[in-house]
Amino acid sequence: MRTDRKTRWGLRLVALLYLALLLLIPVGVVLYRTFEPGIGAVWDSVTTPAAVHAFQLTLTATVITVPLVTVFGVLLALVLARGRFPGKPLLEAVVDLPFAISPVVVGIALIFVYGRTGWFGQDLADAGIQVIFSLPGIVIATVFVCLPFVAREVTPVLREVGDEQEQAAATLGASGWQTFWRITLPAIRWGVAYGVVLSTARAVGEFGAVSVVSGKIAGETETLTLLVEKRFNNFDLAGAYAASALLALIALVTLMAMTLIKPRREEA
Amino acid sequence: MSASGLTLPRPFRRGRASRAPVAGGAGGLGLGISVLWLSLIVLLPLAAVVAKSLDGGLDTFWHAVSNRQSVAALRFTMEVSVVVAIVNAVMGTLVAWVLVRDEFPGKRVVNALIDLPFALPTIVAGIVLLALYGHDSPVGIDIAFTQTAVAVALLFVTLPFVIRSVQPVLIELDKEMEEASASLGAGSFTTFRRIILPNLTPAILSGAALAFARAVGEFGSVVLISGNKPFDTQVAPVFVYKQIESDNPIGAAAVSVILLLLSLIVLIGIRYFERWGSRHED
Repeated sequence: MRTDRKTRWGLRLVALLYLALLLLIPVGVVLYRTFEPGIGAVWDSVTTPAAVHAFQLTLTATVITVPLVTVFGVLLALVLARGRFPGKPLLEAVVDLPFAISPVVVGIALIFVYGRTGWFGQDLADAGIQVIFSLPGIVIATVFVCLPFVAREVTPVLREVGDEQEQAAATLGASGWQTFWRITLPAIRWGVAYGVVLSTARAVGEFGAVSVVSGKIAGETETLTLLVEKRFNNFDLAGAYAASALLALIALVTLMAMTLIKPRREEA
Repeated sequence: MSASGLTLPRPFRRGRASRAPVAGGAGGLGLGISVLWLSLIVLLPLAAVVAKSLDGGLDTFWHAVSNRQSVAALRFTMEVSVVVAIVNAVMGTLVAWVLVRDEFPGKRVVNALIDLPFALPTIVAGIVLLALYGHDSPVGIDIAFTQTAVAVALLFVTLPFVIRSVQPVLIELDKEMEEASASLGAGSFTTFRRIILPNLTPAILSGAALAFARAVGEFGSVVLISGNKPFDTQVAPVFVYKQIESDNPIGAAAVSVILLLLSLIVLIGIRYFERWGSRHED
């Protein structure tokens, strides 16, 4: 469509203004406010014992969650892209469910299963295992919300590359594992990488589900995002901004990884 | 539209029957493990919510979802999410257009920044918006604890959906059709309305539906900026959270079931739009 100069400039202006007001200026203001008191104050604020513990907890939950959702995500993608079985649309819909469900609903659902009065509450208590208000609950909640990313990124890649090479490998006598490691995985690696980046960002940033199941116990079950909320509610604005800036930094790294991986993923 | 010769070059058609064994590379065992994984992580907890909501019988369930505060929260959630979906449909298409068809310095950076709301934790999104549009706004715009603020927060977190779903379709769109339309004397607005928009509609709708679903369930970015005023700025997820905090699990579960139903309807809708979109491609 040939647009005249005036229309093109008008559209560009509206689009950039919208993005600036909604995205860039607010993020810029927070970064400015964060570093206004100087980088030393920010450093002190993100290295208090509570902040360090929150950072470690977030990291632990992420490090457990991401490999789990990656392995099962690739498996789900293989089943969805290559399998032929009745009920496949239903399976696909269940994989998508965590995208559409409120994180708060995820949190209370886990309480109804693993909480003190939940379905498995008594059995878990008898076995001396605490899920809710402790690390396992945080991990299960994070796994729930991160579940679709790898599967959703890898499924279309598997469909695009087809299965001719896999068939050839099998004909030449390769076992299922050999075919997977030497043929399938190299073909889908950028799709997997993209899914891992998205899962990591979501795991680090998860708030709603974790805030329900964690109990927000300071120094114990307080993740980085929960610390931001607590500091904000306690009128510790500078502290909230500093912790936010740390999370924003992680988001920025994520964004760069996404930008680098995206074109490679599309080449595949 | 498919009759008008819009055929996109696609190296591989979707859904071509393969000669793979029944469960493909993963085998029957893979299928079994997948079903078990999904049941344990996703279906079991959701079943627990439904079961909990019916703990006190249908009467209790109905009472929990039909009391004034739940209705007000659900209603405001629905209304603000519809508004957010519509604004996204319009602005998202416009931004996608500018990013695909326009050229200006810094375009690549702007394009990369579109994904920022996906990467930024939602609670940080809330803090960020409060810094500019809250009580100590440097520009004097204080919309904290208003319905407008909730809408702005939701627009922030749902920004990428329509843009990212329209962009690829716009890139692949055949320019010859537009040139033909222009050479037959159609103005640029007519070409947009008659040629481009119909081709983009499935992508716009599925992006807007995703934005709607996300808006309905959103918690982190609105929990601070909404002020959680019942009958005013209280959204359903925050209402559910308050119910579980004040030890009313059945009330929380009942409203959650309504939210779950909404999610299911939207997912089915998106599937329909996607199928419609791929029909367009053939």
